[in-house]
Amino acid sequence: MRRRSSKRRVRLVELAHARSGDKGDTANVGLIALKPAYYPILVKLVTAARVARHFKGMITGPVERFELPNLRALNFLLHGALDGGGTISLKTDAQGKVFSTALLRLEVELPR
Amino acid sequence: MTPERGPGAVRIAAGQGFWGDWLEAPYRQVTGGPVDYLMMDYLAEVTMSILQKQKSRDPSLGYAKDFVPLMERILPIVAERGIKITANAGGVNPRACAQAVAEVARRLKLGGKLRIGVVTGDDLLGRLDGLLARGHELRNLDTGRPLSDVRDRVVAANAYLGAWPVVDALRRGADIVITGRVTDTGLTLAPMIHAFEWPADAWDLLAAGTVAGHTIECGAQCSGGNCLVDWERIPDLANVGYPIVAARPDGTFEVTKHPGTGGRISVAGVTEQLVYEMGDPAAYITPDCIADFTTIRLEQAGKDRVRVSGVRGRPATDKLKVSVAYFYGHKAVGTLVYGWPDAYKKARAADRVLRQRLADLGLAFEAIHTEFVGADATHGRLALEDVVVDDLPEVQLRIGVRSPDKPAVERFTREIAPLILNGPPSVTGFAGGRPKPEEIVAYWPALLDKSMVEPCVELVEV
Repeated sequence: MRRRSSKRRVRLVELAHARSGDKGDTANVGLIALKPAYYPILVKLVTAARVARHFKGMITGPVERFELPNLRALNFLLHGALDGGGTISLKTDAQGKVFSTALLRLEVELPR
Repeated sequence: MTPERGPGAVRIAAGQGFWGDWLEAPYRQVTGGPVDYLMMDYLAEVTMSILQKQKSRDPSLGYAKDFVPLMERILPIVAERGIKITANAGGVNPRACAQAVAEVARRLKLGGKLRIGVVTGDDLLGRLDGLLARGHELRNLDTGRPLSDVRDRVVAANAYLGAWPVVDALRRGADIVITGRVTDTGLTLAPMIHAFEWPADAWDLLAAGTVAGHTIECGAQCSGGNCLVDWERIPDLANVGYPIVAARPDGTFEVTKHPGTGGRISVAGVTEQLVYEMGDPAAYITPDCIADFTTIRLEQAGKDRVRVSGVRGRPATDKLKVSVAYFYGHKAVGTLVYGWPDAYKKARAADRVLRQRLADLGLAFEAIHTEFVGADATHGRLALEDVVVDDLPEVQLRIGVRSPDKPAVERFTREIAPLILNGPPSVTGFAGGRPKPEEIVAYWPALLDKSMVEPCVELVEV
């Protein structure tokens, strides 16, 4: 019998909601905790490095993270995410509108 | 609940979040309950180049043309109720826009009853060479390159003006202020500065008004539209109420909407809008101030009512942002739809065939970009990890190319349709015909010393 793991994996969509937009070739994703108690979890687990790994191959530049504890939100800048951005981009999502939900696919491990 | 006037409060209603937004929204905002100002944002980066092109063909154009019939519809109401309007619908020709609105007003027998303020001075196109010659390099904020790299391809150049020229127009009695490239936030901040006589160095207050502007500048995006949280239970989006800021002299404000409208104003929804297009939240830079979004406090003050307080700000910088539009090249995007069985596999095979043909033709592209709509177009490989692609009922192949070489892009557009008969099977969806090559006008963000830009305010009596 498989041993019950001491951790459970959840997708961010269970912990947060999000909205994304663009500035040139950079997409921003604002990640907002669904409950106040989730914010410290997001701060701890959803690091810039973790998000960069999640989007590996989909963005060409670095990931920056900013904290907004007052709004229980993190803001991520995904540089080089939009194939040049704006009018240059050939992507359906040239304005990065659905990078928000792409981030919500990320799985994190929570203690049971 | 109707937005309360309260002691000294000013109600600013958002009517357009972008050029092309819901035509009913401004009408509903001025008829659905009491408001003091109607704010309408029309200008995105790419808009200025489209308008500059229209003006070069006809010097009487170059503004958001549909602003004029909209004004025709609402002017009798706003004149009667004393509602003032701030709008950057003037594009690259605010004077012509103001004249067109004045003509409409006269036709509506509003002569002598309205004063239109016109804000210009943002348009740098005719001054570029002088600025460059004087050592203003207008380096690209993203790449660091000087504007001289693309000078011969520039089609529009505008400085972002802030709230103060709009305030000037309001102080001189304008009922409608029509501007060129004024920031979205400035259109909301200006009525507050005017009504509350905020001083130019009241950085916390200016930052609060800027946050108010950011909150409502995308229209319904803060009142239930495009809102992810609890989206299925947001009521009556068909009848969505656009947001209204009820601002107070102390810099606190409430975000609300007219009674009986759909949508929802919640802390979660307003938060989504606050983080939209956000950079460093501690330094939201506008011509008027630097707002610190990490100081914003939100609370649900009632149904469809969010109270905003605590906003702190810092002094404005001595620069203005400049948006330059320049010709970049050409692009085209073609699509075909593949059906079950093996829809995804067939679409992928078609992509390989097409790419080989483009290579065999010796066509050079700066980029070829393929997406499989229904599988990976929005979430890339993250989506493919989660779906059994073999079972998909249909997949749209969407392939785009970009090149400085227009003939190469045109040749590409001839290579899509043949795939219907000479490529993988079960393909349809070509009713739209051959894709059209598009000119790419790209955006070049830069900074310029504030002292180089002189906003100009004129009044047109109706």
